[in-house]
Amino acid sequence: MSAKKSAQKESLLALANVESFYGPIMAIRGVSLSVPPHGMTAVLGANGAGKTTILKTISGIMEPAKGQILFQGEAIGGADPSFVARQGIAHVPEGREVFPFLSVRDNLRMGAYIRRDKEAIGGDLERVHAYFPILKRRADQPAGHLSGGEQQMLAIARGLMARPKLLLLDEPSLGLSPLLMKEIFDIIRRVNGEEGVAILLVEQNAPMALRTARYGYVLENGRIVLDDSCERLSRHADIRDFYLGGGEVGERGERRWKRRKSWG
Amino acid sequence: MTSWTDRLFAAIWRGLILFAALGVLAPFLLYATGAMDAMRLGFYIQQLVSGAAIGCVYAMVALGIVLIYKATETINFAQGDLLMVGAFLSFTTIGIFGLPYALGALLAVAAAFLFGILCERAVIRPLVGEPAFSIVMVTIGLGFFLRALVGLTPGWGTDTFTIPTPFTDHTVQLGPAIISQNHAAIILLTMALCGALYLFFAKTKIGVAMQAVSENQLAAHYMGIPVKNLFTLIWGLSAAVAGVAGLLLAPIAFVHSQMGFIVFKALPAAVLGGFASLPGAIVGGLIVGIAEALAGFYLPQGFKDVAAYALLLIVLIVKPEGIFGESGMKKV
Repeated sequence: MSAKKSAQKESLLALANVESFYGPIMAIRGVSLSVPPHGMTAVLGANGAGKTTILKTISGIMEPAKGQILFQGEAIGGADPSFVARQGIAHVPEGREVFPFLSVRDNLRMGAYIRRDKEAIGGDLERVHAYFPILKRRADQPAGHLSGGEQQMLAIARGLMARPKLLLLDEPSLGLSPLLMKEIFDIIRRVNGEEGVAILLVEQNAPMALRTARYGYVLENGRIVLDDSCERLSRHADIRDFYLGGGEVGERGERRWKRRKSWG
Repeated sequence: MTSWTDRLFAAIWRGLILFAALGVLAPFLLYATGAMDAMRLGFYIQQLVSGAAIGCVYAMVALGIVLIYKATETINFAQGDLLMVGAFLSFTTIGIFGLPYALGALLAVAAAFLFGILCERAVIRPLVGEPAFSIVMVTIGLGFFLRALVGLTPGWGTDTFTIPTPFTDHTVQLGPAIISQNHAAIILLTMALCGALYLFFAKTKIGVAMQAVSENQLAAHYMGIPVKNLFTLIWGLSAAVAGVAGLLLAPIAFVHSQMGFIVFKALPAAVLGGFASLPGAIVGGLIVGIAEALAGFYLPQGFKDVAAYALLLIVLIVKPEGIFGESGMKKV
């Protein structure tokens, strides 16, 4: 058995050569990636690289045209979203997507829709209130009245209410102030560290993602062009130049526009 | 920034509400000042109550339309025909089988619920993903089909029937007015149904999930809510509400295969209420019913039939989003 195969077997989630289409347009091409149990993995990439498509394909909103998606060794590619959710995958979508007219409490209750254990749900409500105290204070307000940052917190908390084994986080930093972003990422780190929830994080904000996750994949035009531990990725010259804002341009005496990506 | 036309229309709207409220209360004021005798006040109250009763039926049909619209964004033109089927089901259990009224009613409403589920599975589900317009056309076709089906069913046919109820031919005295127990029963049962629906949508998990689906279908998918199954349930619920409406309408309007055209009174009621609001549908139905009854009694012949549409025109001009509608809340 090859090393790659055994890695796939041990991982919580493994995508092998997955391709998805928006109508005739291929959005992701031959994507293979894996998330270890209790691990935190990031997918970096610019706008339109296909990051969201990967998550939508995992959670069953989009059907993969090709390839295999294994969750805990079971194929879930093309399954119904409610089936995928019941297997233990919670998706926190891009742009929050809260239920605007439902109260914050009911939003959280809907996060636990797939669960039957009423008492444990009550306990988990306390738990997410401990992470996000503001949600307790706003429990009776319609979610649409919350600020953008609070809605993001609600979306993450709602995802946690499913008590998932794997949390798919789509652009949690979108539209947040730097301070709020730091707060949210601290909580994401705690959720991963304290509760052992595995996280697949999709981010445009590369510095934040590389500091938070352990392993990273770089996605360009629907293809994975590079993958490595986040530590090594953040030292990678191309990543520094193209994703981390080129801190060493002056030192090297090179101009950004002159450099070519080594994988491009 | 509100423009002066917005403010003008808002002022006209407030004026209209004041005018309508004064108009409805005027006879009571006249009676209090001695300008109207007790008998004429009694007539007035009777019109008010019978209008409210028929308005409750409109309201329930409108409620069914709004339920389906909110969840699936299609308008079910067959809602009136679901009422008709519901009425025939009640006629079958109570009139033909001779079951006690309460038991027969329960069975008929349960059967209507299952019938709604059947309609969704057989007719609507295969069209998921098609343009809303196609689905609306199909609901119109479904209405034609149901009318023909009922006409062809042995024992039902195209004749008119009545359902014996424990309320028929009884009256209650309400001040100077004599109220038919049929009308009182319709109003009380509608209130009970609204209360039950409110509790269902606010308190039960599946009710909240139905709201969630209508607010953000994509997010509902992400939560693992089985969206398609909820659509089926909403059709069932909507048909059950129509079944209750048919059951209540039967003693005051006869059971026949064309009674589904009541939808043309329920649609203006739904639009009047704002179309995406459940309380709006109830209030809209009551307004249409009461306006019709008063127009029929106090205005020359013919006004009764156009009352609903005249009201609708006025409201659409002055407050296009409807009484309970919220403009600009629709996400694009």
